[in-house]
Parts: sequence; C-alpha cells; structure tokens
Amino acid sequence: MKKNTAFILIVIFVLLVMTVTPFAGLTKIPFSVLKNTASDTTEARIFYSLRLPRVCTAFLAGAALACCGVALQAMFRNPLAAPFTLGISGGAAFGAAIYVIFAASMPIYCGEILFSFAGALAAILLVYGLTKIKKGFSAGTMLLAGIAVNFFFSSLILLLQYISDFTQSFMVIRWLMGSIDVTGYRVPISMLIFTSAGVIIIYFQSLKLNLMSISDEMAITRGVDVKGTRKIIFFATSIMVAAVVAFCGPIGFVGLMAPHICRLLVGHDHKILTPASVLFGGAFLALCDTVARTLIAPAEIPVGVITALLGGPFFIWLLLKDGDKSGT
Amino acid sequence: MSEKIIEIENLGFVIQTKQILEKTSFSVSSGQRFFIVGPNGAGKTTLLRCMSRIITDYQGIIKVKNKNLKNYSHKKLAKILTYLPQGLPADIPFTVRQFVLMARYPHLSPFSIINPQDEEIADQAMEMTQTACFADRILSTLSGGERQQVGIAAAIAQQAEIFLLDEPATYLDYKHQRDIHNLLAKINKTNNTTIVCVTHDLNSAVLNADTIIALKEGKIVFEGTPEEIMNEDTLEKIYSKKFNFVAHPQTGQKIIVPDIIDGFDRLTIK
Repeated sequence: MKKNTAFILIVIFVLLVMTVTPFAGLTKIPFSVLKNTASDTTEARIFYSLRLPRVCTAFLAGAALACCGVALQAMFRNPLAAPFTLGISGGAAFGAAIYVIFAASMPIYCGEILFSFAGALAAILLVYGLTKIKKGFSAGTMLLAGIAVNFFFSSLILLLQYISDFTQSFMVIRWLMGSIDVTGYRVPISMLIFTSAGVIIIYFQSLKLNLMSISDEMAITRGVDVKGTRKIIFFATSIMVAAVVAFCGPIGFVGLMAPHICRLLVGHDHKILTPASVLFGGAFLALCDTVARTLIAPAEIPVGVITALLGGPFFIWLLLKDGDKSGT
Repeated sequence: MSEKIIEIENLGFVIQTKQILEKTSFSVSSGQRFFIVGPNGAGKTTLLRCMSRIITDYQGIIKVKNKNLKNYSHKKLAKILTYLPQGLPADIPFTVRQFVLMARYPHLSPFSIINPQDEEIADQAMEMTQTACFADRILSTLSGGERQQVGIAAAIAQQAEIFLLDEPATYLDYKHQRDIHNLLAKINKTNNTTIVCVTHDLNSAVLNADTIIALKEGKIVFEGTPEEIMNEDTLEKIYSKKFNFVAHPQTGQKIIVPDIIDGFDRLTIK
C-alpha cells in the first residue's frame, strides 16, 4: 500500500470515528441537533455539553499519548517505550495525587497540571538517569528502570492514600483507573492547548527523530544536537502526559500501540509517522472511550481498563516479536 | 602540502581507570589520505570518535580549520566532518534513498524542508556509489557490503570536507574492498576531500595512504609514509611480532604476507 493512501485512510478513519462516536450512547440523539445548535432540548444538551466535549477530550488525550509514544520510541530506540511503560504516567499520577490530597484548596491556576508535570519530568529524568548509570543501555534495562520507577511512584501513591481520608482516597482510586468524565468545554480547551503545543514541538523534531532512531552517533555526525533534542522531547512529553493524567488519569497503552500500528501503515519516516500516530491515537482513544461508556450502559467502565485489556496482549506480542533485539 | 585542516594536541581519554588515549598529537593536512593503523585495542576507534565529537569528555584540544571542535555548532561541524562507523546498524528501517537524503540534514533550513536540489545531490551520491539500483530497498535487507556502500553514499551527500572512516572495507570481500577504496580515492581527487581512515589492514593502508600513523596502547608509535612503515623493526615495535614482506608485482611497493601456521604440515618452509 502506498504511504499516502495509508495516511488518507487514517484520516478517513478519524473523520468516521469523530462523527459517529458523539451519537453513540443510551440516549438516542437525532441528527437534527446538528442543524439547530441553539436548541434547548435534552438531546441537544446531552450532545453539546456531555458527548461532544467528552469525545474531543478523548481524542486530544489519545493524540497526546500517541505523540509521546512516537517520540520516546525513536529517541530511546526502544519499541516498548511509552509514557506508561517508562513510568512517566506514574510520576505524573503521583504529582496529581499530591495535588488532590494536599493542594486542591490552594488557588493555583491549572494546579493539577503543574503538579503532574513536575511528577512526569521527575519520572522521565529518573528513568533516563538509571539507564545512563549502566552504560550502553539496552531496551531491557530501560524497561526495567521504567518498571522500577512505576513501582516507586505507585508505592508513594499508596502511602498518600493511607494517610489521607476516605473520600480523598476514593477520589484518587477512581481517577487512577483513568476515565474521561468531562462536562463542558473547560477540559477540552485546556487539553487542546497542551496537546497542540506538544505535538507541534515534536513534529518539528521529525528529521532529528529519524536520525536518532538509527543511533545517537549517526545523529551527532549528521549535525543533530542530540542532548538539546533530548531536553526538548523530555519537556514536550512531560507536558502532554501531565495534561492527560491530570484530566483523564493514567490511561495506558495508547502511546505504545498507536505508533506501532501507524508504522506498519505509513512507514518509519517521522515526518508522516508523527501526524499519522497523533490522528490514529486520538481516534483510537475516542473509540475506546465510547466502548467504555456504552458497553454496560448506563454504567461505565473506566477507559483505562479497556485500553489495558487491548494493550496487554499487544505488549506481549511486541515483546515476542522484538524479543531477539531487546537484549533481555 | 596545503594548510592543516585538523590539529590534535595532547589528546587523552580515560574510561573508568583505563587510559585509552595518552598525549596524542598530530595534524592532518587538507586533501590528505591519512591512515591510522595499530593492533586491536590501540585506541583507533576512540580517536576517530573524539575527532567526530561523538566523545566529548576528552582531555587536550582538537582543532578543525583552526577552530576548537567544541566551539562549532552541530550543523556547522556536520558540514565539515562526516563519520562512517564500523558498519552501520543492521536494523535501519529506512530505504536507501531516505537514508542518503537524511545526510542532507546539516544543509537544511530550520524548518527542515528538503528541496529538489537536495534530492539531486542524494541521487548523484547514489550514482557514484552504484547504490542507485537499489535506492528503494530497505537498508536492513541489504548485505554488509551494500550497506557500507550506502554509508559512503550518505557521507558524499553530506558534502563534508573531511571523511572520518572506521574500517570502511575491512570486513568486505575483495571486490567490494577494491570498489570502496577506488571510490574514496576518486572523491579525494575530484573534491579534494580529506580522508582519515582507521584500519588494521596494513596492506590496504600502505596501498591507499599518503601518510600513516600507528597507535599502540593509546600512543603514537609511528608517523610517516607507507614506504617508511614497511620496515621490519618498525612493524615489530608496533605489533610485537615479525612480518614477511614481498614486493607488489605491479608497483614494487613492499607489502606484508600472512604467516604460515605452526604445525600445519601442508605448509612447510621450503
């Protein structure tokens, strides 16, 4: 299949998902709500202030996670790298948990994002630092470091829950499962700002990522400032993961899966792989979230559960597929 | 000889407690074919990695075109220097054309737009290296020899004045060895490209170089012409073994021949 055709197919998939998913759900929404945007019927209100913001948030969160996955996999030359597997989501979750339990009453603008950004950045630097100690890091070492960091932060979250009261503890648990439960447009608009900023930053690193995905050596000798690029990517991924975790909880595996599926479709050139993954990751999470809220409606499954159910087997498949290369 | 393009003063490099390079000083002139030989573990590759700024925590000073290596911007340096490692990674997922085009990176504008001129330069580089015929194949499906040719094509497309090459032909068959060395000689002549080449194949160094240095345990133990290194005492000092020489049938240049094997009856000294 030609790469451009594949890209067009992804765009069609996105358009399809984005038009269908807002209509899916227990309450039937007539198509007439699209014509009369000012109407004040129950259906219109469900559509415009619940479904649409929710689908948009899911799309933006998925897009951000996929974008992080693309950048991390190329930078670390590790097919298993993703915000979740490297413990970045865990770090962000810890940051956000601190905010929920200690600082929620403080008047800080976008406090939850600020706290989870700090957590995400701490986690990514910790994983990177751990792999640097052991020279010539293999995919396996990095994954182990990610697992260690994940454990470390989840223990800290458990500790926080233990010392906090019951309601706070329940809030943290519910939110750790990952769910996109939004009303109105405050969350989607914030997500839009953070996601588009991160995606634009990463997109401009495309050619550098191509070279870095071969080897750091290659990138340096072709004139890439590898250390500087790493810093940019650490910053951009931390900010995107922070936004996703703060608003939707640590949703796993989207960042792992979307880049791999897109690589099969459009190839390894990040100039096309990055936008393809962003679009596909967004539509994929929007679809998962729709399944999550319709499967046992009126009850809801946390979307993190759905992505983990799909992602677990995918992860094992990747592990088997690249087992000979990962050095474990 | 023309002006000095690389000057190295008191270069030292330590890994943990092992001194890999020690007080190494030499200079390379523009347009030279400069070969670095020496036994395994002498620090040849490390030296090249310092010169290409892959290693930065060395002691001493490396100057390229009268400017400290560390003071160059990354893109500026990549326009002057290119480095071909000892074999490209085997799992590169890009096509030959994509890979060669990537070498245009230092010449691109900040927005990284590849224009038709870049494509033309990449095409020419592939023509020169006879890699154009498999331009659309994925690198990981090529043989070692073909990959090495592609590596050189990319170096040419980068349009650098200095090529730093680590064993560019050592592990290839005779035909590919000859092709690669012919190609390097041609680039050296037509573009006045400076070739700095690390090898442990003495014969290829002697037949291709105009200047040779020998490293042993991180120190320079010889610097001179190919004629000068082909000397029994000099080589014994470098390699701690004796060598047999013959004259090349076409040029008369002294070259070395492999030793006979102890206790292998078919090969007895006549």
